[in-house]
Amino acid sequence: MKVKMWGVRGSIPSPGPRTVRYGGNTTCIEVRSDDDSLVILDAGTGIFPLAQSLLARLPVQANIFITHTHWDHIQGLPFFVPLYIPGNKVRIHGAFDLVSMQGIEQVMNVQLQYSYFPIREAELKAGIEYETLTVGESVAIGDATVTPVLMNHPVTDLGYRIECNGKSVFFTGDHEPWLNIYAPEDEGHAEYQTMVEQRQAELDAAIGPVDLLIVDTAYTQAEYPQKIGWGHGTFDTAIAMARRVGAKRLLCTHHEPTRSDDDLEKVFAEVLARHPDPGCEVMLASEGLEIVL
Amino acid sequence: MPQLSPELERRLTTAVDRMPAFPKSVQTILEMTRNINCLPKSLVGVVEKDPVMTMKILRVINSAYYGLPNKISSVGQSVVYLGINTIKNLALSFAAVGILPRFNSAGFDVQRYLLHSLTVGSVARLLCEKYARGEADPGDCYVAGLLHDFGKVVFAQFMSAEFVLALTIAADTDKPLHVAESEVIGADHAYVGALLAKKWQFGETLVECIRDHHASDVEPTPMLDCLRMADAICRKHAFGDSGNPWRDEELARLPTRFAADIETVIASLGDLNKHVEDARSFAQIGAEG
Repeated sequence: MKVKMWGVRGSIPSPGPRTVRYGGNTTCIEVRSDDDSLVILDAGTGIFPLAQSLLARLPVQANIFITHTHWDHIQGLPFFVPLYIPGNKVRIHGAFDLVSMQGIEQVMNVQLQYSYFPIREAELKAGIEYETLTVGESVAIGDATVTPVLMNHPVTDLGYRIECNGKSVFFTGDHEPWLNIYAPEDEGHAEYQTMVEQRQAELDAAIGPVDLLIVDTAYTQAEYPQKIGWGHGTFDTAIAMARRVGAKRLLCTHHEPTRSDDDLEKVFAEVLARHPDPGCEVMLASEGLEIVL
Repeated sequence: MPQLSPELERRLTTAVDRMPAFPKSVQTILEMTRNINCLPKSLVGVVEKDPVMTMKILRVINSAYYGLPNKISSVGQSVVYLGINTIKNLALSFAAVGILPRFNSAGFDVQRYLLHSLTVGSVARLLCEKYARGEADPGDCYVAGLLHDFGKVVFAQFMSAEFVLALTIAADTDKPLHVAESEVIGADHAYVGALLAKKWQFGETLVECIRDHHASDVEPTPMLDCLRMADAICRKHAFGDSGNPWRDEELARLPTRFAADIETVIASLGDLNKHVEDARSFAQIGAEG
């Protein structure tokens, strides 16, 4: 199985000289199974260069798994060029939205509206299918299986565990570890804490030991108190997660959009200094990084 | 028990989508959510006092898409799974439906019903903590109390002509309300509440508690005992109004796990006034209520 990072930035594309080494595109990850089946995790702006790379070999059969429908994870979808070419097949998977009570089919509907995009969904030429996922139910893609896992973010976010011939990768999408909403002196604190700990244990079990764990590390530990409830983790919480689940390698992504390459390396060096023995190899994600499992 | 016709079942389940929530929760949620820094615990504190919002949130979280291993039985648990922002937006969408009018065409006072449900919930929780610790979950007992009479508010809202007749029979004769409902409607509020809870995949114990809270021939469970005793305490002391007047002959049928005398049980729970006053304040009912 091969994993390639096409977009590693969080929130908003951030091109320019300050981000040229790690990249400014928003989330998109290409996963190739051993039989070359294509799984694409998220359709941030990184999906556009990925799409260009696919055009050399038509027809394309792509299986896109959306972690959640915030813009930085779907914005590139209308620019996924294989959608416009007859003979290609694109299957888009994602969560059911409890508030709108709609499945993942709304992701294109919402974007391809007259005022916001010149092409209607009916004009896309590829065979397009949607599959709204049930948490915990695996989907077979070639010789790989993809299992959706419920994460913690301000909208329903599915993490995905992909397994192929004994190798595994897990991507959190955007995820903030659970916090107790009650203060220690509040009546509901102990009860809520129990629920949080159960939830954390359930998630750890669902992620399981993985060869590669790709985690949202938008913030540093010092920045986090100002960002509580925004739905993102820190480098430190990611290392703790990797340690708990027994990950062999941890890839930190969803870089904060105002963080320059130099700043990213600086905060990362501080993290490694704070965790001299993190329990696994820890890396920063960068556009173009390819990992073979 | 006679079954509801499939058509009536369908009508009642779809009707709940359009059911408005209670005035205080709708107003408070609209106010709170204008502040981006609104505290999650404050929001939970409001939603978990409203039977309509609680019912709708449990329905959503227990839906098949989440394939959760264990059924979710409280608003707090729903927040852990869905996140506070989703709960906030769900609550806002429930608030947008409107406000339950205090008086409906059945003449059923929904705010006094709310006071009854809230106090039964609080007392059931206290009973569980004191008498059934380790055997049942106090939070689950609260939710059972909050939702046990949900069928009544559904009747009042969507079958008002039949329900008013049942209420009149219960007030003027020695028939309890659930018996009158069965005669008039073909099913009682316990059956309808349980039917909704089951259809929406709530936990089995919660469904059973709602279904059996008037049944005399079922095996008692710790949660059902707490619910029935709480219901008796609140009806005997007229905390709110369930539309089902207290009758002293019910004393003989009370669960046996508690002290022999109902007043001794009440005394053992400490001062209930604070709970009743909190519930009155939320139900927007003065001391006369």
